[in-house]
Amino acid sequence: MIPLDHYLIVSAILFAIGTAGVFLRKNLITILLSIEIMLNAVNLTFVAFGRSLGTVDGQIITFFVMTVAAAEAAVGLAIIIALYRHRESLNPDTFSSLKW
Amino acid sequence: MFNSSFDAVVPMLCVTLAALAAMGAEAFRARDEKMPIGGLGIIGLVGAGVACALLWNRNTSSFGVIVADNFGLFVTMVLVIVGILTIMFSSQVLEVDNLPRGEYYALLLFGIAGMMMMATANDLLVVFISLEILSLAVYVLTGIRRDDPRSTEAAFKYFLLGAFSSAFFLYGIAFTYGLTGSTRLDRIGAFLAAQSMSDNPLILVALGLLLVGFAFKISAVPFHMWTPDAYEGAPAIVTGFMSTGVKAAAFAAFARVFLSAFEPFSQQWVPVIWVLAAATMILGTVVGVAQSNLKRMLAYSSIAHGGYLLVGLVAANQIGKAAILFYLLAYAITNLAAFGVIAMLASSNDENEELRDYKGLWHTHPALAAMMTVCLLSLGGLPPTVGFVGKWYIFSAAVSSGYYGLAVIGMLTSVVSVFFYLRVVVMMYMSEREGPEPVRPRIARMGMVALTLSVILIFYLGILPTRVLDYAAESIATIF
Repeated sequence: MIPLDHYLIVSAILFAIGTAGVFLRKNLITILLSIEIMLNAVNLTFVAFGRSLGTVDGQIITFFVMTVAAAEAAVGLAIIIALYRHRESLNPDTFSSLKW
Repeated sequence: MFNSSFDAVVPMLCVTLAALAAMGAEAFRARDEKMPIGGLGIIGLVGAGVACALLWNRNTSSFGVIVADNFGLFVTMVLVIVGILTIMFSSQVLEVDNLPRGEYYALLLFGIAGMMMMATANDLLVVFISLEILSLAVYVLTGIRRDDPRSTEAAFKYFLLGAFSSAFFLYGIAFTYGLTGSTRLDRIGAFLAAQSMSDNPLILVALGLLLVGFAFKISAVPFHMWTPDAYEGAPAIVTGFMSTGVKAAAFAAFARVFLSAFEPFSQQWVPVIWVLAAATMILGTVVGVAQSNLKRMLAYSSIAHGGYLLVGLVAANQIGKAAILFYLLAYAITNLAAFGVIAMLASSNDENEELRDYKGLWHTHPALAAMMTVCLLSLGGLPPTVGFVGKWYIFSAAVSSGYYGLAVIGMLTSVVSVFFYLRVVVMMYMSEREGPEPVRPRIARMGMVALTLSVILIFYLGILPTRVLDYAAESIATIF
């Protein structure tokens, strides 16, 4: 059996990849996908912990998180479409009518 | 322990039903038919308020994950007030901007239901889900003026950083679950108190990740970057709503998680929050001074107010905890009324939100100028307004717990903040307008009623705060 640590390390790496993607990528859709990677890294953590604790809570929580992630993606894509209609661009650097 | 009574969810159920009714009403509305959809919302909110009053002191819990203790009910009451005032202010804004009414009210009410759930949640997973319910509603409300590029951009920035921070928050929940075997706050608290975990670095990671998630939501420095943009780009009344409602709900959950479940680790998190509180107060005030846009200025001011609330959390003695609740109420009423004035003065093509647009407001709209003055003085913490009482209790809590440094920083930043609040007042009364008068819409009666109510509350709670303070003290007696 694969020990818990390995799962935790993989999910930490995934989470880090997602975080890096949010900061480094220059396309709104890719940034959104990076956030989804972060959420899925957390899902992996939940499942791994649930298995090692011997309870099903971890797996059940994952279903909630997946639902939330889907709702979030829907709202996010809708906002991106509204934004694209104004700018004709998906590069976050062009959105500067409000100063950071 | 496990109690499947539905009592504790009744307030949020009322609001959710009102939201569904608003959605249904909009769907079945004939194209030009006018419907009082906002009235539906007010009915639902009043129902929630009545339910709160009936549940007071009963300490019910539903399914073990939602607890209607007095602490949660007090915050729910604040949210009811925020909701009613927002709906009253909104009628004119929706008219002027020609926004979709049903969607607006439905999202507003779903957001309030999520906030109520967050304030009463006793399980980290429920905190997360309610956080998402309220956030998704508020993201859409921020960008509800789809034809305005600034509104859409604000919505996107808010969405991006909000989703990013909730991933961190969720990661913190995952570690907490893995280490303690539960997401239930009471079980986590019991587990952490029984076992000495302080040598386990993972629990500190969990604590840190949860802290980052909450700090984003309450816009504590250095996690405040989204705040000024989102607050400036959103329609003024939505800004008022999210700067008060979201903050109240997030603070309630923050206090509950850290003061009950993670109480055994207060040695570790108190210094961190000390630094956050100091940085938030200082940056919010100093950068606020430099702003020329009233909405952006009030955004920084609301960051600074988040810092004062954090002081209450650091002090966390009996006065401090009651002071958090009282300050949430004081800040909610005052800030919402100030944004209500901005919203009422905005016309569809020009928002009139630069400071210079307020020059000579006294001559054209004397009543609005007077009430705006009251709100600004209360935000600045001058007696006899409610802002003064709130700050007084926060700082006296800090002093009585021995956090003199924070109290001094708080006092100094309050003094500086009075400068930028008074600058607006001086503009309104003393300077004459150059150039043409900005185009302003006709002021709706409903908004004036809401504003008058807020001003009455500001003075009532400023002069006779004892009664409400007693309620606040009673609220924290049952938990923590």
